Amino acid sequence: MSYDRALTVFSPDGRLFQVDYAQEAVRKGTCTVGICGKDSVVLGVEKKAALKLQDSRTMRKIHQLDQHMFIASAGLVADARVLVDMARVECQNHRLTIEDPPTVEFITHYVASIQQRYTQSGGRRPFGISTLIVGFDPDNMPKLFQTDPSGIYYQWKANSIGRNSQTVREYLEKHYTDDIGENDAIKLAVKSLLEVVQTGSKNIEILVITKSGSRTPGADEIEEVIKTIEAEKAEEAERRSSRRTAQT
Amino acid sequence: MDAQFAIIGKSFAISVTDKSVAHSIVKMKHNADKTYELTPHTLMSVTGVPGDTSNFSEYIQGNVRLYGIRNSQNLSPSETANFIRGELANALRSRRPHQVNLLVMGYDKNTNESSLYWIDYLSAITKVPFAAHGHCSYFVLSVMDREYKPDITLEQGFDIIKKCIAAVKMRFPINFTDYTIKVVDSNGIREVSMADL
Repeated sequence: MSYDRALTVFSPDGRLFQVDYAQEAVRKGTCTVGICGKDSVVLGVEKKAALKLQDSRTMRKIHQLDQHMFIASAGLVADARVLVDMARVECQNHRLTIEDPPTVEFITHYVASIQQRYTQSGGRRPFGISTLIVGFDPDNMPKLFQTDPSGIYYQWKANSIGRNSQTVREYLEKHYTDDIGENDAIKLAVKSLLEVVQTGSKNIEILVITKSGSRTPGADEIEEVIKTIEAEKAEEAERRSSRRTAQT
Repeated sequence: MDAQFAIIGKSFAISVTDKSVAHSIVKMKHNADKTYELTPHTLMSVTGVPGDTSNFSEYIQGNVRLYGIRNSQNLSPSETANFIRGELANALRSRRPHQVNLLVMGYDKNTNESSLYWIDYLSAITKVPFAAHGHCSYFVLSVMDREYKPDITLEQGFDIIKKCIAAVKMRFPINFTDYTIKVVDSNGIREVSMADL
């Protein structure tokens, strides 16, 4: 008996197949990494190479939700557009009714509960995206949250979603330190993406958010970071080989 | 009754509103700000039935902000003014219209021009170089009619404002002790104190 079709039906072993398949779609999306630092939060995304005649400025992967909140997703881009817009409206609704900007958790909860609703009410398929929602709360603490097609959400110190996210996550687990500073967080984001993205600064986009605002480092700044990383790697290789020759 | 007027010049707009909020014979607030910043370069001053003023203004603020975030580009002053007029017009023949009088002014960074729109509670709109709402308009418009010239400088604008305030002080029965004076230009919105005029 096929339990693939109707979403609201469990399979005998307790799975919702449509949710699993949605998570497969996420795994096919471009890699996205988020790193929460001491006083900054960095989002890094793998950009698909722009076709020659395409205006790459219109291929946005990182979207602004509110003054200090941004979202990046992995998976079906069109589904992301819908959720991003709903989140944007909710941010303004919150400001209008509560007179305060929403916390990152509030919006994450909102997005996740929409994603969950689409796993339970009939006739609709789940959203084929996981999101990383980053920003600063009114208490000036940086936050990073993740949602996924099943509708759960978690808070992270650092995480990645999309293709090869497991590799990137393992890299982050090895190299992330609590209270990481802004420049180190940028370097770590670039380093972790370079593990899975081939061609360097052209295919990496970074967003840095601090208490006072946000900025998107230009391609040349990312190029500088990559050069620093490569120089460090060369130094490390040099040190290792000289140690080896010293030992023999 | 509230004092509310504004004037534009070469690439700036000045908004003047009084600071008192009265409820019958009690002055509830002496330092109220009757303006709302819709975008970094568009300001709206609001007077009318208390409650309608803040409710309508905050609703407009939310929608204008949402547009800016959705489209990575803010509404221009003229787009904002016309959007506001549309909202007023839709509510006009509904169960309860918004009883607010507005002056919407801003600096458009794309055309490098300042603009001012007078919008009343019946959703009439007109683009003007200077404007006023309420009783103070009887005094202030005469002053501005005589003194205004196109493309005035900020200093000249402040001079005209000073004359308007003096006219209100002399002829209006209510003594307004303080005004909220804001300037909108290419650098954004900033407040100016009466002493600095």
